[in-house]
Amino acid sequence: MSEPLLSPRVLVTALLLAVLAALPLLTQAFDQRYLLSVGTRIVIWSIAAVSLNIILGYGGLVSFGHAAFFGIGGYAVGILSAEGIQNGWVQWPVALAASILWAALVGALSLRTRGVYFIMITLAFAQLVYYLASGLEAYGGDDGLNISRSRFPGLLDLRDKATFYWLCFALLCASLWFCGRLAHSRFGAVLRGARSNELRMQALGFPVFRYRLVACIVAGALGGLAGILLANEGAYVSPAMMSWVKSGDLIVIVVLGGIGVRFGPLYGAVAFFALEELLKPALDLMHKGWGEYWQIVFGPLLVLIALYARGGIASLLGFRRA
Amino acid sequence: MDYLLIQVLNGVQLGLLMFLLAAGLTLTFGIMDLVNLAHGSLYMIGAYIAWTFVTWTDSFVLGALLALPATFALGVAVEAVVMRRLYARDHLDQVLATFGLILFFNELVRVIWGPAGKSIAVPPFLSHTIEILPGVPYPAYRFALIVVGAAVALLLAWLVARTRLGMLIRAGASNRRMIAALGVNIELLFSLVFGLGAVFAGLAGLMAAPISSVKIGMGDDILILAFVIIVIGGIGSIKGAFVAAMVVGQIDIVGRAFLPELLKTFMPPASASAAAPAISQVAIYIVMAGVLVWRPTGLFGQRA
Repeated sequence: MSEPLLSPRVLVTALLLAVLAALPLLTQAFDQRYLLSVGTRIVIWSIAAVSLNIILGYGGLVSFGHAAFFGIGGYAVGILSAEGIQNGWVQWPVALAASILWAALVGALSLRTRGVYFIMITLAFAQLVYYLASGLEAYGGDDGLNISRSRFPGLLDLRDKATFYWLCFALLCASLWFCGRLAHSRFGAVLRGARSNELRMQALGFPVFRYRLVACIVAGALGGLAGILLANEGAYVSPAMMSWVKSGDLIVIVVLGGIGVRFGPLYGAVAFFALEELLKPALDLMHKGWGEYWQIVFGPLLVLIALYARGGIASLLGFRRA
Repeated sequence: MDYLLIQVLNGVQLGLLMFLLAAGLTLTFGIMDLVNLAHGSLYMIGAYIAWTFVTWTDSFVLGALLALPATFALGVAVEAVVMRRLYARDHLDQVLATFGLILFFNELVRVIWGPAGKSIAVPPFLSHTIEILPGVPYPAYRFALIVVGAAVALLLAWLVARTRLGMLIRAGASNRRMIAALGVNIELLFSLVFGLGAVFAGLAGLMAAPISSVKIGMGDDILILAFVIIVIGGIGSIKGAFVAAMVVGQIDIVGRAFLPELLKTFMPPASASAAAPAISQVAIYIVMAGVLVWRPTGLFGQRA
């Protein structure tokens, strides 16, 4: 099990984390403010992807409604902010509690179904939240809601872009660490066992349903955290942040990075946003104005990944699925 | 009472439209075990192709007749290039690949037809209103939609229940490997079924065009509704898709037509008219969740 300290995957991962840790300094040194906001989004989406990876990667449950947690975390912060409660010590626990409640409800109902039905029922629940938010005329409806960032008096000033970035990055590191611990715990082993053979795990006496429900709740809390951060990043919440396309993007990130691998979501998020930022200028270089059509290349790329590169980036680096 | 009748008819019309979309989905789902998110793209492209032909021939009927074989050809091509490789894969791969296809097709349409939406005019011979009951006018085009939708639904029911192709489709839905072992050319069957689904999607798209508009992403939201319909009805069941489409059509119309008035009795008018469509959408998803909790494989689905 012990691996050489300088294997490519350790080097790549360490390099990636080092660059991300120093990003605010780098962007300041090269005067590329825009890159810091891209970096912040990458880090936040990574947290959401880590959360999806728990149920999709370890649990083998294809949830197509994960962006709902962006919305629930985000709207909890947004609504409290609109009502005049700016204190993060109030906002964040409320948002997390809301996400956990939603995850428990959706999990308890969805886990009764299997396969395609599970995909569709999670999608349906996410659409439900989407339409609820777009019907909330008092909080912006379809247009969304401008908010002010959460306040942590005397501790952190989230309006400072670098401070906010480092907070997100610290939370990402914490969730990566947590996810690694979870995957190698007894709990993670049961989850993976149920992924490969549910009946056998049940015959062994494990209450598979309860294990999966707990996994959904843990993932929901992490997803809600990503939602809180996303709302703070843009100082804005809208139904668009939980459209079903975002749920699709999250699945893409998890699979692109390497499903069921601890650092997979991080690779996936970096690659996803980097592809977007690189494809646009690359296409523009070929022919002025083509850049805006980058998805015409990105779409078939996803098809190819689904067909021929199942393990994603992690498998290129020699990771195996946990 | 008249208002109620008109709204019920609108619900039937919407339900039939969504049934056309859902029928193709439930067939590919039931027979090939394929989650095809890109089905909505076929709906969109069907409408765009129809727009091109209608503008070119200056006739709605002629344009529609030309657009349908074109959509069929597109469906067969997509099946041959991508879908065929996905049948044996797990659902996650299918979701990923067809999600990629959606991005591709949305962008392709933007390249070919430009970012602005198109509109197809209601054909002149259907632009009047007819009296469905003495003193109750109803737009002729919407009535024609009901007639065509019902005719296609009947045709499909006949095709599946009475013809040799339908027999193979039903056999394929219950056991693919068995009918392949019995010497049926299953690849040809799959191509045909996928092409058929594409035609139905394209037909739904072009028929919806004159009452909504032809725009990029028009297939995405209605696709989700079509999925809801086949999940409520039970995957692979044409009958289930029909029943569920009717239910969803009625819920949607009731939400649009009657909820605003009801909500205005206790809400400010602006909030009421914003909340009503949202509530009717939410109601659809609640019905679906309820059905799945009650019967985890849908109303007419096979027991797992």
